[in-house]
Amino acid sequence: MLAEVAPPPPQAGAAEAVHARLRGVTRVYPGRSGGPDVHALGPIDLDLKQGEFFSVVGPSGCGKSTLLDVLAGLAPPTEGTVEFEGNRIAGDVPDGVGVVFQEDASFPWLSVEDNVAFGLRRAGVEAGETRRRVDFAIGFMGLRDFRNAYPSQLSGGMRQRVCIARTLVMQPRLILLDEPFGALDQQTRLLMGDELLRLWRETGATVMLITHALDEANLLSDRIGVMSARPGRFIEIVETGWDRERDSSLAERAEFGAVTSRLWTLLRGESLRAMGQGAEAPVGGAR
Amino acid sequence: MTPAAILRTTVIVGAVAALEIACRTGAIPPTMVVAPSAMLAGAIEALGDPEFWRHFGVTVEAVAIAMALAIVGGFCVGFALTRIPPLRRAVSPFLASYYSIPHIAFYPLLIVVFGLGRTPLIVLATLFAMVAMILATMAGLDRVPSVLARTARVHRLSLASEIWRVRLPAAAPHILSGLKLAVAYSFIGVIAGEFIMSTEGIGHEIAYAYDNFNNRRMYALILIVLALVTTFNMTVFAWERRMLKRRGL
Repeated sequence: MLAEVAPPPPQAGAAEAVHARLRGVTRVYPGRSGGPDVHALGPIDLDLKQGEFFSVVGPSGCGKSTLLDVLAGLAPPTEGTVEFEGNRIAGDVPDGVGVVFQEDASFPWLSVEDNVAFGLRRAGVEAGETRRRVDFAIGFMGLRDFRNAYPSQLSGGMRQRVCIARTLVMQPRLILLDEPFGALDQQTRLLMGDELLRLWRETGATVMLITHALDEANLLSDRIGVMSARPGRFIEIVETGWDRERDSSLAERAEFGAVTSRLWTLLRGESLRAMGQGAEAPVGGAR
Repeated sequence: MTPAAILRTTVIVGAVAALEIACRTGAIPPTMVVAPSAMLAGAIEALGDPEFWRHFGVTVEAVAIAMALAIVGGFCVGFALTRIPPLRRAVSPFLASYYSIPHIAFYPLLIVVFGLGRTPLIVLATLFAMVAMILATMAGLDRVPSVLARTARVHRLSLASEIWRVRLPAAAPHILSGLKLAVAYSFIGVIAGEFIMSTEGIGHEIAYAYDNFNNRRMYALILIVLALVTTFNMTVFAWERRMLKRRGL
């Protein structure tokens, strides 16, 4: 059923195909008021595999969101190259990429239905097709009873669902999520995580999630990139090895705790370094 | 009716009743203020006078032109200033002190530049109203959450579409505040200009009645102007309230 709004799931054997590729990517911001330049990110080398769920964790201010911006085409890299489906991304968001932000990005002047249909209407998709995709996405995200409501009448979690539905109807092949559940309470986060897994499984899209929650990254991901303190680089990429058919009950398993523990071991020194406590931590590249 | 509305209505009805009593008992002489009932009768009389409608049409036309120029021009200038920070930094001090200038003092100069007729009046009202719109537009656009602008980029909107579909609606509450001021200032600019040097228009008619000690007509015309401006503002206010309520503001 989800094929109605989603791109076709990856073919057998395509799972290892590279969907997006970053090579030698750095991002340097010019210093303010004559101060020194800020080296925010990189160099980063990363291959996102077709259809995988990849998460990025790292200390605050390490450049996670900058990485997402560069991959989305919202910010150009200072050095290096970014490719999506073999095409170089050069400062614009390419077709097939959807982004969900941490902040509430629902349009307060539009109803839920009009919010979800926003991108389709701007892209000139035919009205019948728009209605069909919107109906499905609204149902899929559990917003059927709120289609005529305005964002101000919804909870934070529901507004985030509206944003995810608005991304979903565009049939993105690469979904980038920048701490989408950062402002939600723990229970809602867990439930939204399950919904996100269901969405990922049924769309077959490649997902990259930026998060600061190690449990969340562990539960949702096939691979987790652990970043160093600024300038952010991958110090290790952890493979979780979870089945594709997983949900939040995974958190009860002993192996789950072991992976979270491994992530924290990798991150602890970097987090201290980010807080300026001078812990020495190895920084290296990984792919 | 809300308690605030009850209080508001009570104050207005009470003030009108008090004025009516004061006028009828002679506490306030008719050479100073006529009774509200006489104002109303005079207004009804004026509304049946074709000459009144000619003056009314002249004023409304000038206000409408000034309002349109101020709203559209103010938005465009405000938008341009948000896009060109050096220019904004250069003109900001002038904009901030703009309303300390007695604009009406420049009316004779405008007549010299634009000649007699309606043009200097419209220019005066436009200049008076436009800066409120410029300031409100800048305040509104400054406060558009960056995540909405980024969302527009994710949807690959053109600049025009981003402005029309995202930035303008997001900034609408602030812009509407500027629009309300621009409406009020347009009325003030035109009517004040007509007071000073004009041979037609409601402002001229009020001044003419004043010069001829025709208090009944003067207050009747003031009442009509008040009713017109209040109706206009209430309409915008209702629109604004509906919009803010929808946004949970």
